[in-house]
Amino acid sequence: MQEVKVAIRNGKFTTSMQWGGSGEPLLFLHGAGGPMVGAPFLEALAQNFTVYAPAHPGFGAGTGIEHIDDVIDFALYYHDFLDELQIESPHIMGHSLGGMLAAEMAALAPYRINRLVLVCPAGLWLEDNPIPDFFLFNPQQMVEHVFHDPSGPMSRMFTEQLQDPEAQLEMYKCLASTGKFLWPIPDKGLKKRIHRLHLPTLLLWGNSDKLIPPVYGEAFQHAIPGSRLVHFESSGHMIMLEEQDAFVEAVSNFLLE
Amino acid sequence: MKSHWFHLMPYQDLPEDFKEKHPSVWVDVSSKLYNPALGHKYYNEYLDQLEFADSLGFDGICVNEHHSNAYGMMPSPNLILASLARRTSKSSLIVLGNSIALYNPPIRVAEEMAMLDCISGGRFVGGFPVGTSMDTNFAYGQTPMTLREKYREAHDLIIKAWTEPEPFVFNGKYNQLRYVNIWPRPIQKPHPPVWIPGGGSVETWDWVAEHDYMYAFLSYFGYEPATQIMQGYWEAVDRAGRDRNPYRAGYLQLIGVSETDAEAEKDYAEAASYFYHRCLHVPDYWAAAPGYLTLKTLKSLKSPFSFEQLADLKWKDFVDQGYVIAGSPATVRERLVEVVKEMNVGQLFSLLHFGNLGREQTRKNTELYAKEVLPFLREQLWNEWEDRWAPHPLKEEDRMPVAAL
Repeated sequence: MQEVKVAIRNGKFTTSMQWGGSGEPLLFLHGAGGPMVGAPFLEALAQNFTVYAPAHPGFGAGTGIEHIDDVIDFALYYHDFLDELQIESPHIMGHSLGGMLAAEMAALAPYRINRLVLVCPAGLWLEDNPIPDFFLFNPQQMVEHVFHDPSGPMSRMFTEQLQDPEAQLEMYKCLASTGKFLWPIPDKGLKKRIHRLHLPTLLLWGNSDKLIPPVYGEAFQHAIPGSRLVHFESSGHMIMLEEQDAFVEAVSNFLLE
Repeated sequence: MKSHWFHLMPYQDLPEDFKEKHPSVWVDVSSKLYNPALGHKYYNEYLDQLEFADSLGFDGICVNEHHSNAYGMMPSPNLILASLARRTSKSSLIVLGNSIALYNPPIRVAEEMAMLDCISGGRFVGGFPVGTSMDTNFAYGQTPMTLREKYREAHDLIIKAWTEPEPFVFNGKYNQLRYVNIWPRPIQKPHPPVWIPGGGSVETWDWVAEHDYMYAFLSYFGYEPATQIMQGYWEAVDRAGRDRNPYRAGYLQLIGVSETDAEAEKDYAEAASYFYHRCLHVPDYWAAAPGYLTLKTLKSLKSPFSFEQLADLKWKDFVDQGYVIAGSPATVRERLVEVVKEMNVGQLFSLLHFGNLGREQTRKNTELYAKEVLPFLREQLWNEWEDRWAPHPLKEEDRMPVAAL
């Protein structure tokens, strides 16, 4: 995998993208925490797929968030992205905020997408199980909500990283951009459009996800006819990090069917 | 030098263990703590105090807007001003202000302010704050990242609504109106003075200076941080090629006047403690939703204003560090002149009621200030400058008298 610069719509948007591998194209849309640069699960997926993992506008190296007002603009930006990079019939995998985005892309143009993987996506709202106001979380609350083991090495690494003022600023920026799509309640009308997701869809959920609890997995499965829901015993909201091998296997098997 | 009597209208009966038992005074403060019968008492007491300030010759009487807040009982300050417009005759009526990004469409603000200008005979001053993150993002659900853009569009729409003589079309990003045509129209031409309350955002300074508005730094942290903020503002004024007329700047100060320095602690320490330890019990996580501050402002803040840092302060700290200016009239005059000169500020928002300060002590504070401090500041400071940000009321003889039975 390599890091490449990309400009969309004559430089109105610029970003950097992790790109590489071989096989059918797979676009990965990251979550609210920002691009997962150098994450091993992307390398592992690149064994079987040509992986495209760009930073969103307003996250990491991505610019142009001021040209995007809502989640539909956001989804159309990624359709432009696919057009300009001439990526034909990709699989799309989105995590959390990126999962909501992937679902919206599929609702707009289900016929151009091969298969869809939604990893604990945002986008729906259940009155009886409200998603907590994560915009307020401090690092400790964040790890308690997103990791299966809040005192494990991954949680410690995360909180340590966030002691760096630069990393704090980057997190602030990512959450500020996320606010355009999820503030104050992460429900922006996907429920009106989700019936259009008539394409093979896999839903992945960590049993310990306290950010978007597993009951949302059932709601998504119910709303997307024919979709499959797979649970992960030892994961919270970060399955691709917490149970990397099982995650890569589940995704690869589904996409290669 | 102008002195404006500023009221926050705090709820005075938060329990003693409020800080220990409750997470915050703002946003999620329990409404079980609110007794509407006491609300009745305080609203009327506070209106009396503002009317009293008018009768003693304060240049302005001033209120502001907060939501879901136990130290600011004015979700709609315009209601308060409407009442004051009928019961006062001399002071400017200042609202600092309406958080204009919250009103949909914002011409509602243009209409209400035009009404207030008409009722008061042109004594009205309109303030347009962006609003705190607690008020706008949390209590009113506004998206943090677009709040300032929405605010500026609302500003443009309101000014145009006041000044365009014919109906017009407004096709904005946040407001689409086919027929903008407000009735009534403000008395003051081209429109009432616009004052911009701010909390220290870098972008606001340049914008205020470009528009030639008055900038009011409203903080409860006293004059030390205010001095830093004002320095940044005056640099923005220079950049915009404007003069350093002190009347284009204001700041808020808690003030307690007593007969002697020694008496000040007895008179004001408890109320100051109530204010800083109960009214300002705000956890830092409410201070700025992600996106509320631009990255530029975030980087420029050496130490962001944190309410949590107030927790351990005592009376001596409040006085020594300038949170409260208190003492005999001579002491108060001396300290005010010193800081006001250093900041080059022409509009002083005097917080003469704060926390749970009692009715009698508030009266005394107001009287002592009006008699011993206000005339001195008025005569000694800034007479070489014209206050171009003051309202222009109708001539006395053209105005309706204060209602009398």
